[in-house]
Amino acid sequence: MKKSFKPALAAVAVSLALISQSAVSAEEQFFPLVSYRVGPYGANGQAFYGGFVDYLNYVNMKEGGVNGVKMAWEECETEYNNAKGVECYERLKSKAKASAGPIHTMSTGISYALVDKAAADKLPLAMMGYGRTDAVDGSVFPYAFPLVTTYQMQASAIVRFIKDKEKGSLAGKKIVYLYHDSAYGKEAIVALQAEASLNKFELTLIPVAHPGNEQGAQWLKIRQEKPDYVIFYGWGVMNQTGLKSAQKVGFPRDRIIGSWWAGSEEDTVPAGDAAKGYMAATWNLAGKSLPLIADIEKTVYGGGKGNLQDTSKLGTVLYNRGVSAAVLSVEAVRRAQEKFGKGKAMNGEQMRWALENLNIADARLKQIGAADLLPEIKTSCANHEGSGKVKIQQWDGAKWVPVSGWIEGNKALIHPLFEASAKQYAKEKGITPRDCSKEKI
Amino acid sequence: MQFFFEVLIGGLLSGIMYSLVALGFVLIYKASGVFNFAQGAMVYLAALSVVGCMEKGAPLWLALILAFAVMTLFGIATEKFVLRKLVNQPPIALFMATIGLAFFVEGLAPMVFGSDPRALDLGIVDEPIESILESAGMVISKFDLVAAGVAAVLVTSLALFFQYTRIGRALRAVADDHQAALSIGIPLQHIWAIVWGVAGFVALVAGMLWGARNGVQFALTFTALKALPVLILGGFTSVPGAIVGGLIIGASEKLAEIYIPPVMQSLFGGNFGGIEGWFPYVLALLFLLVRPEGLFGERHIDRV
Repeated sequence: MKKSFKPALAAVAVSLALISQSAVSAEEQFFPLVSYRVGPYGANGQAFYGGFVDYLNYVNMKEGGVNGVKMAWEECETEYNNAKGVECYERLKSKAKASAGPIHTMSTGISYALVDKAAADKLPLAMMGYGRTDAVDGSVFPYAFPLVTTYQMQASAIVRFIKDKEKGSLAGKKIVYLYHDSAYGKEAIVALQAEASLNKFELTLIPVAHPGNEQGAQWLKIRQEKPDYVIFYGWGVMNQTGLKSAQKVGFPRDRIIGSWWAGSEEDTVPAGDAAKGYMAATWNLAGKSLPLIADIEKTVYGGGKGNLQDTSKLGTVLYNRGVSAAVLSVEAVRRAQEKFGKGKAMNGEQMRWALENLNIADARLKQIGAADLLPEIKTSCANHEGSGKVKIQQWDGAKWVPVSGWIEGNKALIHPLFEASAKQYAKEKGITPRDCSKEKI
Repeated sequence: MQFFFEVLIGGLLSGIMYSLVALGFVLIYKASGVFNFAQGAMVYLAALSVVGCMEKGAPLWLALILAFAVMTLFGIATEKFVLRKLVNQPPIALFMATIGLAFFVEGLAPMVFGSDPRALDLGIVDEPIESILESAGMVISKFDLVAAGVAAVLVTSLALFFQYTRIGRALRAVADDHQAALSIGIPLQHIWAIVWGVAGFVALVAGMLWGARNGVQFALTFTALKALPVLILGGFTSVPGAIVGGLIIGASEKLAEIYIPPVMQSLFGGNFGGIEGWFPYVLALLFLLVRPEGLFGERHIDRV
């Protein structure tokens, strides 16, 4: 007897359509999470995306979404692999047609791979503190947002912090820039060279080959150079190895200032005592007692909906950073709804507008309990970064402690570098930059 | 000149750390003719087992014993479920099997023990020895000296084991020809299980030292990358070769990192550096052209 599978197939197809529709209904704001929780850097992703999802849940539980629009999301695992990142993006983009929260990849490599694709698909790509930094110039990169800070502005802010420590003058001082020999590490060089020229300090560049699990030669060279400070742009195992190697050659850890990629518990705890005194940039503080984090613990974890399997990560630097990324994303949803209609899900183009017209003041951050999770942010077509401010925190042997207020990088010095680079990119790609003066608010 | 010697000694001591990983490769290659792609993953598994047991409350000595048990079981399971089916298959099939094994271990180990980078305190501080620093002005790490001592004991023990024990001789016979060894009654399965167990022990020692030095984390799997040029130089079948190869690679990459970039900068401008990632491979490649079997490897001659 010949069986027909057509009715069964039709039933499956209808069921799948219903399932996918229920996953992203018209009243839901969909966030495509191109995330990583396993693989070499899985520990970082677990904390970040745990925080991100917890905040989305928090908004749903606390206020029933944004003006009644619930937050929805789907994760796709990239393992911090560029090819898998693109694959995940392609898989999730069809679901993001009707409504799309900004995509956070937490990876410079994946962001680079998605910049052009996201623009073509009209989906906003958020790169908080990483990614293609010349996308600060929104006239060339309408859909890419290196929000809060960039590698260059962060380097400039670190220089300013050092300058303040040195009573306002860096003339005659020696600073070593020890960096991961990749796009991430190299992007800050031009900014530091500009700062060196402006502030009359001697800059020595020392690259470390990936993965950076051996830095004996570099630190012997640093010992020979006898710098006053080391600015440290490490990633992954390079961070612990760097701190241990500094201990080995007797270089004081409180003279090393890392980037935010080198400033989490995942970087300092494995280094043990070698990390004590080390400083790093950040834009969100650590701790469970911050008002918003405490309320997330009470509301989301108290309600049994917490995303973290390992709840000891709650309140860590990267968990709180995930919350800060979600706060910014949800505030963008609010902004979009103000313009395009309250109670509606926003599509990629509408979210792009919102991200380009963000204005999150301190008062608003205080209102939601996120004053120590984000600086004030005001974006525009010409400035997709919107802030450029970081704080400096110090590892006391057990936890990160803030040792500065907000420090802004030298925008007048650094932003023209972005504009020049974006202009070059536009020329290479045949892009006609938008006229930012004609953009409507 | 003092700086030169400081870099040289630092490089030699780093080289010892590479040798510890290379030893595991050598052991398995000697016994089965297989290049074990999973050796880096084994280092990771071993170190993770130790910190995993310690987090459950085991003291270090007990954690080490338990981790050794894990590595032994891993060796036996590898022989039973992977290698046994591949006896007399081409070496490439065995090599491919170890690639699969590496990915399996890299996925399984963090699922069982967690993927957070963790500190491992062996009670040896990675700080300069004060007396040498004061008298010669040179930085020599206490930790690196201990690692060198451990490597020396390990190499001596393994060399004696291979040379003077029945199992050692059987291992060498199996490495020469699986079928011939089987025909004279050498129990191939036992031998392979033993050698994978010993390689697991070597991985445990390497994992302890690398883990204490840089933290226990996924990046321990990358230590295998440092061992490859060591093997090419020292030979895939020589235990002392792994040590000598490690010393050469360690010293040359550190000296290259310090002294080559300034020359390149004066010639071409720009910023050079970070060359120790690829320099050992170039050195190994050049060495391959001159002496393909490595410094201490066995020269392979086929009669036509």
